[in-house]
Amino acid sequence: MKYLTEYRDPQVARGLVAEIKRTATRRWVLMEVCGGQTHTIVKQGLDELLGAAVEMVHGPGCPVCVTPLEQIDKALAIAARPDVIFTSFGDMLRVPGSDCDLLQVRARGGTVRIVYSPLDALALARKNPDKQVVFFAVGFETTAPANAMAVWRAKELGVKNFSVLVSHVTVPPAMVALLDAPDNRVQAFLAAGHVCTVMGWTEYEPIAAKYRVPIIITGFEPLDILEGMLLAVRQLEAGRHDVENQYARAVRRDGNQPAQDLVARVFELVDRNWRGIGAIPRSGLGVREEFAAFDAERKFAVGEIRTAEPTVCRAGDVLRGVLKPTECPAFGKLCIPEHPLGAPMVSSEGACAAYYNYGRFRSAV
Amino acid sequence: MTIVCPIPAVETERIQLGHGSGGKISAALLRDRFLPHFSNDILAQLGDAAIVDVEGHALAISTDTFVVQPLEFPGGNIGSLAVHGTVNDLAMMGAQPMWLSAGFVLEEGLPLDVLDRVVRAMADAARAAGVLVITGDTKVVERGKADGIFINTTGIGRRRADFAPAPGCAQPGDAVIVSGPLGRHGIAIMSAREGLAFESEITSDSAALTPLVERLRERVGDAVHTLRDPTRGGLASALNEIAAASRVGIVLDEMSLPIPADVGAACEMLGFDPLYVANEGVLVAFVRDSAADAAIALLRDHPLGRAAARVGRAASDHPGLVVMDTAIGGTRVVDMLPGDQLPRIC
Repeated sequence: MKYLTEYRDPQVARGLVAEIKRTATRRWVLMEVCGGQTHTIVKQGLDELLGAAVEMVHGPGCPVCVTPLEQIDKALAIAARPDVIFTSFGDMLRVPGSDCDLLQVRARGGTVRIVYSPLDALALARKNPDKQVVFFAVGFETTAPANAMAVWRAKELGVKNFSVLVSHVTVPPAMVALLDAPDNRVQAFLAAGHVCTVMGWTEYEPIAAKYRVPIIITGFEPLDILEGMLLAVRQLEAGRHDVENQYARAVRRDGNQPAQDLVARVFELVDRNWRGIGAIPRSGLGVREEFAAFDAERKFAVGEIRTAEPTVCRAGDVLRGVLKPTECPAFGKLCIPEHPLGAPMVSSEGACAAYYNYGRFRSAV
Repeated sequence: MTIVCPIPAVETERIQLGHGSGGKISAALLRDRFLPHFSNDILAQLGDAAIVDVEGHALAISTDTFVVQPLEFPGGNIGSLAVHGTVNDLAMMGAQPMWLSAGFVLEEGLPLDVLDRVVRAMADAARAAGVLVITGDTKVVERGKADGIFINTTGIGRRRADFAPAPGCAQPGDAVIVSGPLGRHGIAIMSAREGLAFESEITSDSAALTPLVERLRERVGDAVHTLRDPTRGGLASALNEIAAASRVGIVLDEMSLPIPADVGAACEMLGFDPLYVANEGVLVAFVRDSAADAAIALLRDHPLGRAAARVGRAASDHPGLVVMDTAIGGTRVVDMLPGDQLPRIC
């Protein structure tokens, strides 16, 4: 596959792994920020290849993992309404809410559909004028422009039966929250390449400088990630802490200006809860007053849902790299992929699910 | 920063679509809700088809119900699929398919020309596979109570005494062979259902596998331990079932998997793993290593088996577990999915 196989070459990979091992004089703790990067690492078995040279902490950049319980519960409440067609990206459907998930809402009679783009949801709204179509707008800066575009278009077209349930979060405040925690172990970040395609990396420069932490803008293919690791290890060994761009084929320093402008017109910065991590001030995006008619929280008056999560699951500690999944008391007992307690057990690349499978393999050989 | 997380475990109290996925929750449904009520020695075989003895003749019997949407898709329709699916289940137990029953649930309002095309395709497929449709039934339900057409087929086949592959018969050291390109049926259906257009049209691989099985039986029959058609749940689920039934470990080699470029590209775009995508015209065979090259050559000599390839091996290590040596040189577990594969966000 053009533009993919080039970045999956086993020989180049072996060279990079050897170079990382040669360069590292101690075991560095790196965090890959994005769930897509975690997916590659787990799917390709990269962490195992690296042995003792680096420890990878799977970061909070997975919308499935960090979308807060109250937003999931709001989604469940809206999706259960008979007048609603609830639309979402596929992997949000299995994320557990307080008493069920979206798949179960569907089994109970709700209309829940997987879409590949918020604009498809908008088209669905125009095709079903007697229904309210709601799109679950989750994700980071990467998915925000398309969601902003859907709202913008809906307003332009005068579509009255379309709205978005927004649970957008932004990366830099989460990195700062992690770095501020007294028990932080992360020594360098592989920043999320796709987020930076939109946002560029100017926001990361003050973070790298203040916390003296290398930040490598990194892509998603195996060779991207290995190269990102190598750049991070080189900086750590040299005592540097710069923002460096591994993903130069997609990312420029200023990012995608029209996309940023659109996001800024439709959304504004709000405080946001991160599942497992807690409230982070000004870390999320919410719908601006001007577009309130397209905000599902206002439209369906679910703004007041409050939730409390029981403490048996330690997903928060796992997401911050403070606790290994295997050290969680629920791991592999109360919490398994068939009935996950926490989101990191939901998708196969979630940190807990990855350890679950890896552990089964290790104990079997 | 407060550090708390989730949620009481949720027990399902209703059927979800995932119960039909062929993944873990399908298996649990079978184990917890059906098997305890029907327990008998024949059912307990849990193969693609049940093997029964009728006055010294071994017969294979299998039933399958087809609910695909859209009814017609590139490479076939629900009628041809209903023949291939059941014929293949018989063939995977080493049986020669002989007879089929056909039960139709038709929805009020179904255009008759659609029904005609489906039935014609079904007849053509049966003829090509050498089976006779010898009994049938039709029921009509109100509009909205079914999705156009549902078809159930039950097949009966004869099994020879000297050829008895089964899911529990794979042995450490066996070569794992697949007969053709992976993932075409599932991606063809999904493209047709979602209206997704790719540069080239991906067609379903739906086909009767009997000619391939016949070849293997004639020439290397004693070396073929297990046959399986990796339908819903894809190759990964089929291999997990074999690993569990045979108490062997399976090691796949990612580089050798015959995944067509268009299927691979569609999966990349949609966030799917082709290992879990359904096939309807591919078999996976566990063959004694010394006969593996001969088996591959036999398969490749038939149009359905042109892309046949050795994709891995069975091992005595990690019994019950499927692992894969990745393209990049790592190792990962290839688990069974809980339910349906869901497209990823990022």
